[in-house]
Amino acid sequence: MSALSRLRLVKLSTRNVGPVSMDVNPGECVCISGASGTGKTLLLRAVADLDPHEGTAYLDNAECSSVTGPQWRRQVGLLPAESAWWHDRVGEHFNDVESSALEELGFKPDVLRRRVSRLSTGERQRLALLRLLAQHPKALLLDEPTASLDSANTRRVERLISVYRKQNRAPVIWISHDARQIKRVGNRHLRLIDGKLTSGRTR
Amino acid sequence: MNLVLLTPLDLALAALLVLALAALSLPLGLGIGKPLAIAAVRTVVQLLLVGIVLKALFENVNIGWIALMATVMLLVAGREVMARQKRRLLGWWGYGVGSVSMFISTFTIVILVLTVIIHPTPWYEPQYAIPLLGMMLGNTMTGVALALDRLTEGAWQQRAVIEARLMLGQKWTQAIADIRHESMRSGTIPMINAMAAAGVVSLPGMMTGQILAGSPPLEAVKYQILIMFMISSGTGFGTLAAVWVATRRLFDERERLRLERIKSTGR
Repeated sequence: MSALSRLRLVKLSTRNVGPVSMDVNPGECVCISGASGTGKTLLLRAVADLDPHEGTAYLDNAECSSVTGPQWRRQVGLLPAESAWWHDRVGEHFNDVESSALEELGFKPDVLRRRVSRLSTGERQRLALLRLLAQHPKALLLDEPTASLDSANTRRVERLISVYRKQNRAPVIWISHDARQIKRVGNRHLRLIDGKLTSGRTR
Repeated sequence: MNLVLLTPLDLALAALLVLALAALSLPLGLGIGKPLAIAAVRTVVQLLLVGIVLKALFENVNIGWIALMATVMLLVAGREVMARQKRRLLGWWGYGVGSVSMFISTFTIVILVLTVIIHPTPWYEPQYAIPLLGMMLGNTMTGVALALDRLTEGAWQQRAVIEARLMLGQKWTQAIADIRHESMRSGTIPMINAMAAAGVVSLPGMMTGQILAGSPPLEAVKYQILIMFMISSGTGFGTLAAVWVATRRLFDERERLRLERIKSTGR
């Protein structure tokens, strides 16, 4: 059984973002919105320890610096806005993936044999999510995971993430521009304005 | 067979060929006239100078002078490696990575070959030491420069891929493995090709020189084989070391990609 994972940011700051302190509880989804260029992506990169930053983050009360960078990033899975692929075929990027998960996002198992260069942006984005979830991260950092998806696929992705979050009691930080999506998936809504997080309702 | 000595007049005649090429370039608008002339003058001046230095070095065999000469050669090679990279590592690293790698591989191999294989007396006999070192450094320099250029350019171009792999929890060595292999290949392929083509397509310069100087061809061939092996191992080890250290430098202790450690624009 995986322990309850709480993601805790303590005075996290990177470049012009922060300091940001907040707790994301096990199974909670915190949505963050804000104008482009305010550093939402930078914030997620700092949480995943991809950029140098001040302050720190904890998962399960274990500090980021108590494990190696790769170990931390394996637990705190970041899905970037644009997915990147390095092998020719989709399947080469996966160690193992459940075909049920593929189906839930509208793929047939033979998608694994397809060439990455033949996929659409939306297909790549959905497959990148599956690639991340296949590693069973304890927390999810999602940078506009449905930005290039139609509404049907948006719903599929939302459902898959929601199931993952509830089953694994995973804390989720979800960056979104879509107010209706935030209502659908978020337990809390925060805005990032001038590098500071403020409650979404006080506006 | 005696060595046919060249007179200044002979060289002047050869220079006419270069001048003719430069003159032809003018009406054709090729724009190579001036650089050609400058390069030709540099060749004359630099080689004459090195000839004078070597003459002095051969007449006063002293390990201190030889070490000084070797150091100057290494420093110039290090500068050249740095200058040939579009995006070099910033700070001391841009110069240091190439120079230290070249130092370790070329000096070790040259000293090893001098003391174990050729063993002239004294082992640092400049007639052997300096040309060997020169050929080693020249080739290793090319390999290291090509490999480092490919590495930093590759990391720059493929930042998204490297970071995507890091995000999935891969170690830095995995995240940049493909680029690292590519840069190792581009650093070592020229010398592998040179070995493969040696004697069939081209007669290597050193062997040609020895034959012109009157050595029996088979003696020249044996030296050429020795040199080829030295050069390929020197280039290989030097490239390996440079790529390893430079790749490590692209990541920090948290295994984050730190592209701000390389120069962001072209030369």
